Parts: sequence; structure tokens; C-alpha cells
Amino acid sequence: MRPRPVAAILLRQWYLLRGSPVRALPMFAWVGIDIVLWGFISRYLDSVTGAGINFTAVFLGAVLLWDLCGRVMQGLTTAFLEDVWSRNFLNLFASPLRIPEYVTGLVIASIATSMIGLAVMLVLAVPVFGLSFLALVAHLGLFLLVLYGFGVALGILASAMVLRFGPASEWLVWPIPALLSPFCAVFYPLTVLPAWMRGAAWLLPPSYVFEGMRALLQGRPFALLPALYALALAALEIVLAGYCFVRVYRRAVRTGLLARYSAETVS
Amino acid sequence: MVPESLHPPQPPAPLNARGQHPGDSGAAAALRVHDLRKNYGELRAVDGVSFEVGPGEIVGLLGPNGAGKTTIINTILAVLTPSSGSIRIGNVDVARQRSRALARTNFAAVYASLPGNLTVAQNLRFFGLLYGVRALRRRVEELLGQFTLQALRDTKCGVLSSGELTRVALAKALLNRPRLLLLDEPTASLDPAAARETRAAIRSLARDSGCGVLWTSHNMYEVEEVCDRVLFLSHGRILLAGDPRSLPAAHGARNLEELFIQLAREPLAHPAERLA
Repeated sequence: MRPRPVAAILLRQWYLLRGSPVRALPMFAWVGIDIVLWGFISRYLDSVTGAGINFTAVFLGAVLLWDLCGRVMQGLTTAFLEDVWSRNFLNLFASPLRIPEYVTGLVIASIATSMIGLAVMLVLAVPVFGLSFLALVAHLGLFLLVLYGFGVALGILASAMVLRFGPASEWLVWPIPALLSPFCAVFYPLTVLPAWMRGAAWLLPPSYVFEGMRALLQGRPFALLPALYALALAALEIVLAGYCFVRVYRRAVRTGLLARYSAETVS
Repeated sequence: MVPESLHPPQPPAPLNARGQHPGDSGAAAALRVHDLRKNYGELRAVDGVSFEVGPGEIVGLLGPNGAGKTTIINTILAVLTPSSGSIRIGNVDVARQRSRALARTNFAAVYASLPGNLTVAQNLRFFGLLYGVRALRRRVEELLGQFTLQALRDTKCGVLSSGELTRVALAKALLNRPRLLLLDEPTASLDPAAARETRAAIRSLARDSGCGVLWTSHNMYEVEEVCDRVLFLSHGRILLAGDPRSLPAAHGARNLEELFIQLAREPLAHPAERLA
């Protein structure tokens, strides 16, 4: 892995951001809206129910962490789509750039942009809605690592989808986090899911994070082993997504798709 | 310089572990293509093409639309895998050491415009980093000066005229001081004065730096002026090769354009028949 090509991919993202500050808006606008919406819903539920559950911590914390995972995926996919939209594939892939260097550049760019989103979410959620991470503080690093890892895996997979099925397939990519969220048990315990959904949930690292988060917030003991399993699972999924991207790339080179990648749809 | 003859397909020599052919020296051809084939199902887009581009040589790749020119260029740039055959840039085999081979190559093509949302200078810095150019800041300034792009350095490429874009694409193509330069209709969007300057710049680049150039164009006047040698391609095969100034007379044509039209109209003959 050579640092200069990776730096080139990052520099390009920086230039885009600097050249058009409007691009910065999605980094925090949607997460800000989510935090405000769920902040008031949580506050309302806290005031009208006597269930003994801290809705602000459970719901708002879940929204914040799940949004972070989605932001990582979308940041990576958007960075990839910049090359699709500007029809830059030929210039990129006819250069000495290697695929791992390209993907690493995209991953670092997405992590950097999602960090900005995280900062905005914390600024809104902690002082305005009184969200406290005190109960989670010892394990927050592990949770974030798992969610970042899963977001990266989803982003690489989504980019592979766009490369395989053409630019029009970007509309299949954006709803992926929403499609997965019921299986990840973001807002409810895994026990409420039917057996077949629970089976799928075991393959999704975020489900372990949200189970762990709820356990800590409700004063139950935290099981470290499942969390470490989730981390290993996220790492494995990154490797699998990377493998998938490379396979799709090689197919695109073999069939000539890469050289003429500008069509609206690709068969 | 390859003599005025056809280039019958040759089997590729075995490669060593470094992707080099045994006996390669430092003065290797800038580009060596051996028995290149590319099939799309039943369609043979490139059918056993072999040729070389020597250091400092400018070779014109000519042929009607669909003859296989772009397919050959794409395989050299490793964005298209050939069905068989080998391509070496200098001593480096493209299939085995893609990144190393492409580090000494660059290209400009009308269908590969640079990102329009970056400025001229940003594009040059971005691609300079991708190609691992040393002393990048100085190199960018040199190229901005060479292609009179200083006034446009902070202009986004998306708003440039096609002539200005061509100059930026050529500046990008020279960033890494390539040993092999692929130019696909490099002067198509330039006015006559700019086109003449560009041709002169490429010629002096080839002469002074020893960079081999593979040049495609439909402008036969330009080809005759610039190229040391031309390859006529039809249906994925090389029909004729030779000096663009003497080939027309040798084949009963008044000029290169007439020869081009003749060859484009004729049904495909096997190279061996044409050689006879």
C-alpha cells in the first residue's frame, strides 16, 4: 500500500468539499434532523409513560449510533459515486492506482466525514436533550469500532453494486440501512423478533451493539464476548465486501464495462 | 524503426518471474504488443495484433470506426483484459505488473475528460499524486506554463472550452514524464494554430525524452506530418504498416487519405495475402 495514491483520493475529496461547501450540508443536516425529531419523541415518551425506561438514552442513543453507521456507508458510497458522476473511471483506473489504495482512500474519507456528523450529533443530543453516555463510556469505543466496521463493509458492498449494475443502481443503495435496521434491533430487544429474523440478526454486527447498549442502560451485566464476536464479524464482512469489489472490478475489466462506464444502465 | 512490411502475428515469448522477457535490455521498446486478441463472444474485436513502438517513435494507429483502435488502447491501459496475447511497456508486462507498467505510461483521449468539478491546478495535483510524481508543485507549474494554462489554473474544468480541456488533458498526460504516451485524437478539438503547436510539442517530447507515442487520428494530414510510422487497422487486424509519406505511392494511392478510404472500403484480406 503506497501512501501517495491514498493521499490523492483524500485530496480529491477535500478539493470537492472546499470547492462546494454545500456538500458539507448532508454531513450534519440529516443527522441533526433525526436527533431533534427523536429527541422530542423520547422526551414526550419519558413524560407520559411510567415504564421505568429512560427513553432518551435508549432511543436517542440508538438513533445516534445507527445514524453513524449509515453515515459511514453513505460517505464511502458518495465518495465512490463522485467518480461515477464525473465519469472519471478511465482516468483513475488507467493510472498506477491499485484497488486496495483506492478503497482505503474512500474508507478514510468516509470516516473523516462521518466524524464531523458524530460531533454535530453529540453537540445536539448531549446538551439539548440531556443524552448521557456515562453508562456506556467504558464500552463506547468498542461499539463505535463495530459500527464503523460494519458501515465500511456496507459502503464497499454498495460501491461494488453500483460498479456491477451501473449508475442507475445508486437508488438501490441508499435504502440499505433502512432495510437492515429492523434486523439490527436498533430500537427493541432481539427477543421481540421472530426466529427467522433473529437468525439474520446474528450475522449483523450492529445487533450486538444495540443489545449491549440496552443492557448497560438498564443496569444489566454487559457480555464482552458477543461484542468481540461482533467486532470479528465486522472485520470479516469488510474482507468479504473487499473481495466482492475486487471480483466485480475484474469482471468490469474483462468485459470492457470499466472502459465504457458511463451508460445510464449496465447489463 | 520497423521496415515497411506487415507484422505477422508472433507467439509471445515466455516471461520470467518479474514479468519480463528473457534478454530484455534497458533500451527496450516503449511498447511491445504480441499477438493481441480480444473476443466479445463470437465477435473478434482484435484479432492477433502485434506491433512495437520504439523509444522516441511516434506511431499512428489508423482505421475506420470499429476497427479495434480503442480496444487496443484500452488493453494497453489495462482497463480491458485481452483474451490472449501480451503487452509490455518498456520491460514490464502489463498483465503481471499493472501498476508498475502504468506508472511509466499516460494518455489523453477525447472520451476521458478530467473531473469537471476540480480546477485545472487541482486536477494536475490530484493526478500527479496518483502517478507518484516527485517535486509535484514544480512539475505542475512547468506544465501550466508549457500549455499556457496559468490564467486558467483556478478555473473548474467543467467550464473550459473543448480546446482548453484538450490542453489540460495533454498537461495531465505529461505529468509523469511517460515512456509511453497514448493519444486518442489529441488535436480533435483544437484550432489549427493550437493543433500545430500541440503536434510540435509532442514531436519534440518524443525526440528529446525518448518517449514512444501511439497516436490515433482521423486527420490524415496530421498523421503524415507527425507519425514516423502508421499501422492500418481493419476488423481488428493490422492490414498495412509503414512510413506514412511513402506508403500511399507504394499502394497506388495519391495520399494517405485516399489510401485510408481504399483500405476501409476493401473487404478484409488476410495479412499474408496483402503482404504478397
